[in-house]
Amino acid sequence: MDSAPLLDVQNITKRFQTADGVTTAVDGMSFSVAAGEFVSIIGPSGCGKSTVFNIIGGLVGDYEGRVSVAGDVVAGTHPAIGMVFQEESTFPWRNVLENVAFPLEIADVAKQERLEQAAHFVSMVGLRGFERHFPAELSGGMRQRVALARTLASKPKLLLMDEPFAALDEQTRLLLGDKVLQIQQALKQTTLLITHNLTEAVQLSDRVLVMTYRPGRLKRVVDIDLPHPRNSEVVSSDAFGHCVAQIWQDLREEASRGIQEDESRVLHAGAKR
Amino acid sequence: MVAPWARSQAGARLFGIASLVAAIALIESLIRVGVINRFIVPLPSQIIAALPRIISEENVLHRFWQTTQELLWASLLLAVVGIALGALLYRFRILRLACETWVGALAAAPIVLAYPLFLVLFGRSATTIVAIGFAAGLAPVILKTVEGLAATRHVLINVGRSFRLSPAQQFWKILLPSALPSVFVGLRLGLIFAMINIVGVEFLINFGGLGQLINELAERYDLPGTYGAICFVILTSIVFFDVTQRLERWLTPAA
Repeated sequence: MDSAPLLDVQNITKRFQTADGVTTAVDGMSFSVAAGEFVSIIGPSGCGKSTVFNIIGGLVGDYEGRVSVAGDVVAGTHPAIGMVFQEESTFPWRNVLENVAFPLEIADVAKQERLEQAAHFVSMVGLRGFERHFPAELSGGMRQRVALARTLASKPKLLLMDEPFAALDEQTRLLLGDKVLQIQQALKQTTLLITHNLTEAVQLSDRVLVMTYRPGRLKRVVDIDLPHPRNSEVVSSDAFGHCVAQIWQDLREEASRGIQEDESRVLHAGAKR
Repeated sequence: MVAPWARSQAGARLFGIASLVAAIALIESLIRVGVINRFIVPLPSQIIAALPRIISEENVLHRFWQTTQELLWASLLLAVVGIALGALLYRFRILRLACETWVGALAAAPIVLAYPLFLVLFGRSATTIVAIGFAAGLAPVILKTVEGLAATRHVLINVGRSFRLSPAQQFWKILLPSALPSVFVGLRLGLIFAMINIVGVEFLINFGGLGQLINELAERYDLPGTYGAICFVILTSIVFFDVTQRLERWLTPAA
C-alpha cells in the first residue's frame, strides 16, 4: 500500500445558519486516506457525516479548513473524486449500459469505445445480462450497483460513498459489501465510505473513523486488522466481533447523547409553543 | 373480476370500439323514438351517409390538411417557445415568482375572444389562426415544463455536478430528460387548447380548414354534413394525440 495520503482533510469546520442560530455541523475534523486504502467514517444519525461527504465531494462550499486530493486543493467538484450517493441516483430514462456510459459520454469518448468500457464495468458489478434493462425494472440493490459502476467508469482516484446501501435489507447489504470488496481489491481503489452501519464499516474497511454526535468531531480511529481478501463470512469471526464491540463502545455513547439531545430539543420546542 | 381478454391491449381496444358503437346505436334509437329532436341532432346513420358527400363535394380532405398544417405550426411553436419559456422561468426564480400566476391566468383566459386583435395584427390569414392557437396552448406547456424541471430529484442534479457537467449539459442531459413526462402532459394539454381555438377561429372568421367548412355547412343548415365535418376535427385530434404519444414513447422509452 502506498503510504502517501491520496486524500488529506485538514481541520474542516462547517457551520449552518438555522432558525435557532448558527449550528456547527462539523468541527475541526482532520484525517487522511492513503492510496489503495478503504476507510469508513461512522457516527450516529445527525453527526454531520453527510456534510463531510458533501465537503470532500465539493458539493458544499463556505467551510473552514482544507481538503486536498492527490495534492490538489478541492474547490468544488474534482475529477479525481467519484461519488456514490445514498439516494437512488440512476437516470430512469437511460438503460443500464447508457447509465454506466454516462461519464464517458460527458468525457467525449467515442460511442463504441464507451459502450465497451461501460459493459466492462457492468460486468464488474455483476449485472451482465441486464445491460438493456431500465432502472425501473431492477431491484434497489441492482440500481445501486449501476450507480457504483457508473462512478467507477469515470475512473476516480478516490471513490466516495455516502451510505450507498442504507435503503437495502441486511442480507443484500452484506452481499453487496462482498462485491464492493472484490472491486476495491481488484482495482486497488482508494475508498472513503460514510456509513452508520457498524457491520458494514468493519466488514469493508482498513480503518474506521468514529465521529461524535453534533458537532461532528473525530472521536477515535480504529484499525481493522482482519485478514484480506475478505468477504461477508468474516462477520461470524471472533476478531470481527471484537472490532465491532470496540467501535460500539464509542458509538453507543454518541448515539445515546444524540437521542437525549434530540428529545430535549423537541421538549424545548414544545414548551416554547 | 376482469376477464382475461379484457386485460390484453387488443381486448381493451375492442372494448373501446364496442362502447363507441353502442353509444352511437343508443343515440340513433333515442332520436328515432323522438327523445332527441332530429332537427337539432341528425341521425348518426345520416352523418355516416353524409361523409362520402362532404369528402367529394366539400373538399374535406384539403380542409383537413389545412387545419392539420395550422395545428402543426402551432404545435411546433408551442414546443419550441413554450419549453424555452418554461426553462427560463425555472432558471430565474425571480422571473418565476413574478410571472407564474400570470401564466396560470393566461391558461384560463378566453383568448379566442381576442380574435379581432389578432386580425388587426396578422390580417385574415392562416398566421392569425396559428397565432391564436399558439397563444391559447402556451400556458399549460410553460407551467408543466416548469413543474417538470422543478421536480427533478436533487440527487440527479448532484450526480451531474459530481461529473462536472456544464450548465448546458445539466439541462440537456439531466433536467430536460427528467422533466419530459411532465413536458408531454403540458404539450398534450396545449394541443387540445390550440385545436379548439384553431377550429373556433376558422369558424369565426370563415377562413381556412374544417372550422370554415363547419361554418358553411351550418349556414346551409346541412346538419349531417356539419356533424360529419366535426368528425374530421375529432380525427385531427386523434392523429395529433397519437403522434405525441409515439414521440413520448420514443423519447422516454423507460416510461
